[in-house]
Amino acid sequence: MTAKPKFAMYWAASCGGCEIAVLNIHEKILDVDANFDVVFWPVAVDAKYKDVEAMEDGSILLTLFNGGIRNDENEHLAKLLRRKSQILVAFGSCACEGCIPGLANLSPVGDIVHTAFNTLTTDNPHEIYPRASFDVPEGELHIPRLANVLRPLDLVVDVDYYMPGCPPESHQIAAVVDLVVKVVKGEAELPPKGAVIGVGDSTVCDECPRARNVKSITEFKRIQDVAPVDPNLCLLEQGIPCNGPATRSGCNSRCPNAGTQCIGCYGPAEGVLDYGARLIAAFASVIDAKEPEEIERILDGIPDPVGQVYRFNLAGSLLKASAEAWKAK
Amino acid sequence: MTEKIGVYVCHCGTNIAGTVDVEAVSKWAGEKLAHQGVVVSRDYKFMCSSLGQELIQKDIKEFGLTRVVVGACSPHLHEATFRNACKEGGLNPYLCEMVSVREQVSWVHTDKEAATEKAKALIAGGVARVVHNEALEPLRVPIHADTLVVGGGIAGIQAALEIADAGFHVYLVEREPSIGGHMAQFDKTFPTLDCSACILTPKMVQAGSHPNITLLTWSEVTKVDGYVGNFVVSINKKARYIKTEDCTGCGICWEKCPWKVTDEVFEAGMAKRKAVYVPFPQAVPKYPVIDAVNCAYFLKGTCKACEKFCPTNAIDFEQKDETITVQVGNIILATGYDLFDAKRIPQYGYGRLENVYTNLEFERLCNAAGPTGGSIVLHDGKTAPKTVGIVHCVGSRDQNYNAYCSAICCMQSLKFAHLVHERTGAEVYNFYIDMRTPGKGYEEFYQRLLEEGTHFVRGKVAEVTDFARTPEEEGKLIIQVEDTLIGKQRRIPVDMVVLSAGLQPRHDAKEVGKMFGIACSSDGWYIERHPKLDPVATMTEGVFIAGCVQGPKDIPASVAQGAGAAARVLGKIQQKEIALEPVRASINEAQCSGCRICNGLCPFSAILFHEDKMVSEINPALCQGCGTCVAACPAGAISGTCFSNEQILSQIEGLLLLNLDVKEAAAA
Repeated sequence: MTAKPKFAMYWAASCGGCEIAVLNIHEKILDVDANFDVVFWPVAVDAKYKDVEAMEDGSILLTLFNGGIRNDENEHLAKLLRRKSQILVAFGSCACEGCIPGLANLSPVGDIVHTAFNTLTTDNPHEIYPRASFDVPEGELHIPRLANVLRPLDLVVDVDYYMPGCPPESHQIAAVVDLVVKVVKGEAELPPKGAVIGVGDSTVCDECPRARNVKSITEFKRIQDVAPVDPNLCLLEQGIPCNGPATRSGCNSRCPNAGTQCIGCYGPAEGVLDYGARLIAAFASVIDAKEPEEIERILDGIPDPVGQVYRFNLAGSLLKASAEAWKAK
Repeated sequence: MTEKIGVYVCHCGTNIAGTVDVEAVSKWAGEKLAHQGVVVSRDYKFMCSSLGQELIQKDIKEFGLTRVVVGACSPHLHEATFRNACKEGGLNPYLCEMVSVREQVSWVHTDKEAATEKAKALIAGGVARVVHNEALEPLRVPIHADTLVVGGGIAGIQAALEIADAGFHVYLVEREPSIGGHMAQFDKTFPTLDCSACILTPKMVQAGSHPNITLLTWSEVTKVDGYVGNFVVSINKKARYIKTEDCTGCGICWEKCPWKVTDEVFEAGMAKRKAVYVPFPQAVPKYPVIDAVNCAYFLKGTCKACEKFCPTNAIDFEQKDETITVQVGNIILATGYDLFDAKRIPQYGYGRLENVYTNLEFERLCNAAGPTGGSIVLHDGKTAPKTVGIVHCVGSRDQNYNAYCSAICCMQSLKFAHLVHERTGAEVYNFYIDMRTPGKGYEEFYQRLLEEGTHFVRGKVAEVTDFARTPEEEGKLIIQVEDTLIGKQRRIPVDMVVLSAGLQPRHDAKEVGKMFGIACSSDGWYIERHPKLDPVATMTEGVFIAGCVQGPKDIPASVAQGAGAAARVLGKIQQKEIALEPVRASINEAQCSGCRICNGLCPFSAILFHEDKMVSEINPALCQGCGTCVAACPAGAISGTCFSNEQILSQIEGLLLLNLDVKEAAAA
């Protein structure tokens, strides 16, 4: 048992979908068990933080870290697991680039808390908000303190590999597991540090079977307003803002295959520095209009530009957050 | 650090050193940027001097420099100089980076301390960028020997003749039915008073019959593709409804045509022409055009008088517009000017008061071939005026209209005064702000007018009115003016007023400029490459300007510019090939997924799509490095030489002094 290399998986600011995706590799999960000693995986095995703290530095071979860094508990665990792990993988869109929780970077943290505790369904007549520490008869309670903004994992600790996707596709996870098992057995070599793994080398369009022509767009529409959607023609050409052209391949163009537009969960393609900026430039380039008013009208067909082009990528973009959120007290 | 970088900061006399502590910048770069590879940093009075250039060359040898950063003026001015200096020193010229410390710092700031700090940041940006510069070789492409001249006024005619006489082919495109331009409308030319038509028409005839000139009148350029040496130009030949191969120009058609129309263009609204017409008797080419907007056949479906009487059956009502495409190596734009609309100054009464004329109308009035056969008469067509007032600077030198001086109005107004004197013996008043007579023989002409007894009133006319205050003003036009030389308001009754309306850019100058890829100044004139040293070239290689498109000027200056532009074009043609900046975009095939977003964007049609491999490719011979596709590629698969992500991002990091901080933090 002790001879087996150690494996850990952790979730920070994430939804849990990545854990399910790992389990969704079906019988391959037995390979994980056969080849690794799972020492820490809160969703699957019982272990305490202090157990990890007690481990020798570098004693875990592989840690899959999913979720962004939203609070000081996330940050503590990220730093802890970095110390204890030989290979730290930013696993899934949240750890790689912030994902949906990263969209909260548009708002100052106070607004987020206020919204969460004063929703339509939440009465909060006594203005009760979470505090970092709270005195109770039994002593002082601590809950994690929210940071101003959510950060992707690599803004907090050094990351060895990135595996994007929301969640990463199970076939890609299985392939990575295979690879690591081979590496452990000395049958294969690891990719260079910093590599994006479990992905294709181009964009979603490369895997998309839809027919493509020279584009000229006179109207952007939400997909539910397009009837009928041509099943064989590029969605962007039909005026549906599809993020495929800027998004890294690896998913086998799942969404366009299913008849809906790519929303960009696999993150920026190789060579794309700022995903949203690229997409905006690309969409704007194929608008077929010359008059400013006409261009405005066409662009109004994208009612939520940030949600469209930075849905997964805001925290990992060049901008990272709104100035208000960044500077909030 | 593997690169050895030399930094050179120029004083440019006091141009830079007056506002930037050049020595401090150079010393700072030598110390603070050493970790980035700066091995030598110097300042020098004039880097562009041969001594300054030798400094760089010496250092390349002595220090084994692999990169050079010159902080001086804008790259527009001296990039070629310093690249060449590096080349002479044995370094690839594209490994030299210029930082504009003059245009971007010293000329736009006054606070010396802050300006010095900004200069440091710009230099740091240049140093960070130059590391990523690549050694490149210029691309050589052949130059097409044909030339396009747009505009058949005197400047365009001159340019076309110069090139054609040198043995090269010219396409001369003119929007109107005949070449000749404004000069063909004039009666006399100042200061020599030669007959305008007498000196112009021989040149028109020459241009019309020259074996090397393809004359395309009644035509307009609709599209320009390509680049210097290889432009592809689409020209719309508007339907003339005349078979030019059969037409002899006999004139029977316009004689027989029953429809009269006011000629707003050539006759400036002063006379009528027929629906089928040549604008004036000496028109080149001799073929008329049918004005379909006013022709009875096109309006009502009957008439065809011209067709009936044409002895050679040259009328063809079925003719359609035709678009032709020509390939040329260079383009000269000589599209001229529009006259300032005098109606915009309502207090001068133009369009409201009879007997208030514009300069162009007055030219027609004087012209022997004009509506009155050259006699200067009032609106009634018979009475000769006894007094005439000529108003200078109408719409020019006026903050409400055009701030600039139209250059020709003083001399033109003097010419008018002389003609009135000569032909009617009337008394003439010229109202001027300043008398500007800077050309050869111009001041002498002014002296002559003074001797002829013309009254000169120095002052800006306030109003032209027919409202009489005294009996002697009854039935007259009264010019209200402050005579600034005697310091008094005056009211001068006259019979006729001539407004010397200024020159302004063509109403469509902006769109035409855009089509040819050149820019307009805030006034709307096309911008020359250098206001003093390169007045006929533009910032777009292979596109030249001549005549009034560049700004108001008289006939000799327009002719000189036409010839000058022609000389520049001939120089290019003689080179046979041209070295193009190797700034090109290229597609990384592995990253291209064939999304085709870039396919329709290239203004030079340089992008091909390979259906079989589902990837796009850029033809480097057609690419002009504009960067449109680089910006548009959503996959980041296209990169542009000289503007790679590394270069731009490093430059930004350098500007923000980020690398500096890291280094200092590490040291601390």
